[in-house]
Amino acid sequence: MSSVSQNFMKLFRGSSGSETVPEQASQKLTRRSSGLGELSRTWDSADALCVLDLGSTSANNIRFFTGKGHRIYSEDLLTASTDPELLTKDEQGNVVLDSRKFLADNLVYPAAHFDAVLCWNLPDYLDESLVKPVVGRLWSVLKPGGMLLAFFHTRDAGPDSPCHRFHIVGGDTLEMKKIVLRREARRGPTGAVHTAIDGFQLQRVFNNRHIENLFRDFASIKFFLARDNIREVLVVR
Amino acid sequence: MSAPASGLAQIGKSVVVKGELSGSEDLYVDGQVEGSIALKANSLTVGPNGQVKASVDAKGVVVQGKLEGNIQASDRVELRKSAIVTGDISTQRISIEEGAYLKGKVDIHRADVK
Repeated sequence: MSSVSQNFMKLFRGSSGSETVPEQASQKLTRRSSGLGELSRTWDSADALCVLDLGSTSANNIRFFTGKGHRIYSEDLLTASTDPELLTKDEQGNVVLDSRKFLADNLVYPAAHFDAVLCWNLPDYLDESLVKPVVGRLWSVLKPGGMLLAFFHTRDAGPDSPCHRFHIVGGDTLEMKKIVLRREARRGPTGAVHTAIDGFQLQRVFNNRHIENLFRDFASIKFFLARDNIREVLVVR
Repeated sequence: MSAPASGLAQIGKSVVVKGELSGSEDLYVDGQVEGSIALKANSLTVGPNGQVKASVDAKGVVVQGKLEGNIQASDRVELRKSAIVTGDISTQRISIEEGAYLKGKVDIHRADVK
């Protein structure tokens, strides 16, 4: 079974019903972020920046940016990528996600619109078929000189590294909370109703060369190696 | 899950409304509304079963269900954990519960200083 269908099976497996997973399932962690610290210098010194947050909707982040007089756009791309209507088959008959449809429905902004994009750990959890098209679209919606922050797991993090939502709690400090998908009944590709029971699964581990290739259209790239098996990457268009 | 207060204007979950909705009392929508909603001095609550495809202009907006359209709230917007909102939000204050989904721009405007 392809990774796409495995991921969807994981998302939709389980009993029916509509209930939420208990809150205690999600654990809060605090971490310092050098990449965020560097970005902070930009939003502390400039007015009315336009920021795109691609993580889970965060009231903290909205308060943080609007409190500084910046404009914030929120778009949870990982959740959007679980839309069953995106499932299609490639020429070999493998189940993949339709990147054209995805980009027709998501990341629809004028060119050179944003000063900063917060990707968080999106590339590590996004389906393979969407990663390059999404990075290409992000390049086009970033202003020249605009910055993008992304986090990548190192191999030492292990395949079961949980996906987190990121809340900015200070200039260089983040609060991370494991994402537990709500139990939401959905109609799957076969018409059967399934229920999400788990978080997102790490799809791959990028090495430095993969990351450089992924952002090869950008003007510069900077790596920050953190102690928690995360590489922070700050790229400039 | 907060239930609508008695005496509140309600659109029940089996009701479908298409067109312009306006009024001078609080409104609870648990059904489907398509068009526009204007409650300048009052609040709109979209219940857990509510599916609203409309631009909303109200004093306060609470979303528990699905809302597609821009929200203009003179006071506050609350997105509960089951909320799914697609559209831009312009308000003075906003609260978002963990798990709520928002796709759009958030614009916080300051209260007019008199």
